[in-house]
Amino acid sequence: MYAWLFRHLPGPLWIRIIQTLLLVALVVLILMNYVFPWASQYSPWTDSTVGAAALSPAVL
Amino acid sequence: MARNQPRRVAPRRGVISMLVGGLGEILLTLGVVLLLFVVWQLWWTNLEADNTQNSALKAISQDFKPAQAGEKPPAVPKHPIEGKVWGVLYVPAFGDAYAKPIAEGVGMDVLDTVGVGHYPTTQMPGQVGNVALAGHRQTHGQVFWDMDKLKAGDKAYVQTAAGLYTYTYRSTEIVAPDRGDVLFPVPGEAGTKATEKLLTLTTCHPPFTTDLRMIVHLEETAFTPADKPFPEEIRELVKKTTDVGKG
Repeated sequence: MYAWLFRHLPGPLWIRIIQTLLLVALVVLILMNYVFPWASQYSPWTDSTVGAAALSPAVL
Repeated sequence: MARNQPRRVAPRRGVISMLVGGLGEILLTLGVVLLLFVVWQLWWTNLEADNTQNSALKAISQDFKPAQAGEKPPAVPKHPIEGKVWGVLYVPAFGDAYAKPIAEGVGMDVLDTVGVGHYPTTQMPGQVGNVALAGHRQTHGQVFWDMDKLKAGDKAYVQTAAGLYTYTYRSTEIVAPDRGDVLFPVPGEAGTKATEKLLTLTTCHPPFTTDLRMIVHLEETAFTPADKPFPEEIRELVKKTTDVGKG
């Protein structure tokens, strides 16, 4: 999958390496800014409240 | 996949070999994504929270300013709306520069951003009863990371537009998460009429888990109106944080 992607990037080797790094950075930023914040609401690992508030989903 | 393979790839891979290889790549990717999630949770969220807290502190210092010199400071809302930042918490035992904004509410939207949240069912500073605040032990700014460091003689300060409330350490307890009674006006006693003014801090325990809660109770030992000089040990930090009081 990754080999296939790498072969299909245009340009000489060093350009393709730069493109790869940019793509990786883009994916990481999307994960950090959108995917993980969304996923964390289902995370059972973060709750610091007591009582009824503690029973509502996800607050560590 | 196969039909796109350039001809120069000499040894042709079998279907099974390609399936196993592809599956391996997917599993490796999932592993990396999970590792990144841990990085996000333990590190990235703290960076984001620091930014939010700093801008919240800047905003609140505007709210604390009297409209004109010599005028009374703006009133503290009796029931602040959810999400509203209404105070600043200072705990020298948590660090010399420890100053965190306090917002109304203990939902994720407050605790994951502003950091310290006020249980809306509990009292406000100055009222008889119990002012209860929640905060993360770790992640999202981890405002109460050092909760276990509080000991006899330690003080915490809550600043509102009205002035600065000084609280002195009383006790620490470790309880199950469902023990909402620690928030009662008289902690642990339903229906008992309160006579004291308390501050209660709640956070996760042990660190990096949500099995239990660490609860610290403090009692109000002093109140300094905004136009009077604040206690010397905290005066400079308050001045630096909110520009209130004489520096």
